[in-house]
Amino acid sequence: MSNYFDGPGPESVFNAHLAEGRFMIQRSASTGKHVMWPRVFMPGTGEADLEWVPASGEGTVYATTVTRRRPEHGGDYNVALIDLAEGPRMMSRVVGIDPAAVTIGMKVKAKIDDLNGAPAVLFEPA
Amino acid sequence: MSDLKHLRGKAACVGAATAGCGEAPGRNSTELMAEAVYRALADADIPLNQVDGLFAATAVHSMAAMSLAEHLGIQPKYSNGSNIGGSSFLAHALDAAMALEAGLIDVAVIAYGSNQRTAGGFKSVSEPMPFEAQYEPRNPITAYALATSRYMHEFGATRENLAEVAVAARQWAQLNPEAFMRDPLTIEEVVKARPISDPLGKLDCCLVTDGAAAVVMTRPDRAKDGSHKPVYLLGAAMAHHHRMISEMPDLTMTAARDSGPRAFAMAGYGPRDMDTVQIYDAFTINTILFLEDLGFCKKGEGKDFVGGGRIAPGGALPVNTNGGGLSCVHPGMYGLFVMIEAIRQARGTCGERQIDGANLCLAHGNGGVLSSQVTTIWGTEETL
Repeated sequence: MSNYFDGPGPESVFNAHLAEGRFMIQRSASTGKHVMWPRVFMPGTGEADLEWVPASGEGTVYATTVTRRRPEHGGDYNVALIDLAEGPRMMSRVVGIDPAAVTIGMKVKAKIDDLNGAPAVLFEPA
Repeated sequence: MSDLKHLRGKAACVGAATAGCGEAPGRNSTELMAEAVYRALADADIPLNQVDGLFAATAVHSMAAMSLAEHLGIQPKYSNGSNIGGSSFLAHALDAAMALEAGLIDVAVIAYGSNQRTAGGFKSVSEPMPFEAQYEPRNPITAYALATSRYMHEFGATRENLAEVAVAARQWAQLNPEAFMRDPLTIEEVVKARPISDPLGKLDCCLVTDGAAAVVMTRPDRAKDGSHKPVYLLGAAMAHHHRMISEMPDLTMTAARDSGPRAFAMAGYGPRDMDTVQIYDAFTINTILFLEDLGFCKKGEGKDFVGGGRIAPGGALPVNTNGGGLSCVHPGMYGLFVMIEAIRQARGTCGERQIDGANLCLAHGNGGVLSSQVTTIWGTEETL
């Protein structure tokens, strides 16, 4: 049986899944609690039993801002904190909608898309 | 077993100075720090070769204490260059008090300097935040804008509520010859200023200035040798709950809820005893959150508490009497300036903005993205 800490680290595994179009998060086998962003063991309590599970992709906007940017540099864009249905919170962008129209409490759904040349977990209105 | 009271009054500030505030073209951050150290030691009437403890952090040095010691030409017995953001210097004061009380050192100097304004803007050696950087948050502004959005959502705060903080700071700045922005400012001007990261506009954000500061601390036994009355460190405590804004448990509650009560417990005083309150106002939301979290009003009440001139000159609670990071000076990391204003008020040397009988002064530092919180309480000899 391989050692829990052997092999690629959680950031590497997360990015490998993302590159293949999968949004995966971690879950503690013993407590059932989910983790995002990826860690070596359960933050705060230390259970070394995190396993990868598909994220539902369902989320709710917890906080939002419009980053003002000149049109010649790409224009305004949204940055938001999303509460995932599984519990953890993550930073992302809500896309496919005017950045100023994103509201706290809005239900959103994850999608994987290119952001500045790399795959990223983005959200759009559910 | 922990003993919160042990350090109370075991160290005092005997020298304090600023240098290059506003614009200091052609002078680099280490040179500005060195100038502030020179001025603070002159203020304390202590020669450079007696400095045996050195504490420093900047946004552009990874080993600030060593770089500064070398520029000063001193060989400290103890140094600390740890960086927890803009609150580092208040944490350094706590550490300096420990090193002084333990007998490791006799004279501690805490310093900061930056030439960010004339060198082309804020730069930092800070590491990128994993799983945030790709979304291009324009930190720190993005993080504080997110917190502001949440606070407005939960408590019904308005941009006008936030603007009260900026206007009060400007009114104080008008009484401070050292302040960078001293023109009159109205609520309407703050609300209508160019949006930077909604809901924050340009005038909700701190200044971008140059500036340096230094503080000299000793044990009480020699603190009375100087030309100023010593200002004693009565209480100090730190806390941090997160590094990235996405990991902050509740965007409307900061770790000042932990640092504040421990600092007050060490000092043996409470919020109502404070004669002046100096808090790190990088953005207008800061003042509201910290007044709540430090116990000056209840959670959600800060939006109204800051209105009606309460925290402005002539108000019931003098807050950020130098004009704050919003109107006085903000050279990237502002914590040491917060501390110096508390010390100057307790000394009674603040001129037109001096608060009569300012014997107990709170200085609260914030670092990162509402991340590290350090609360200090300073008092005159009568408060020991």
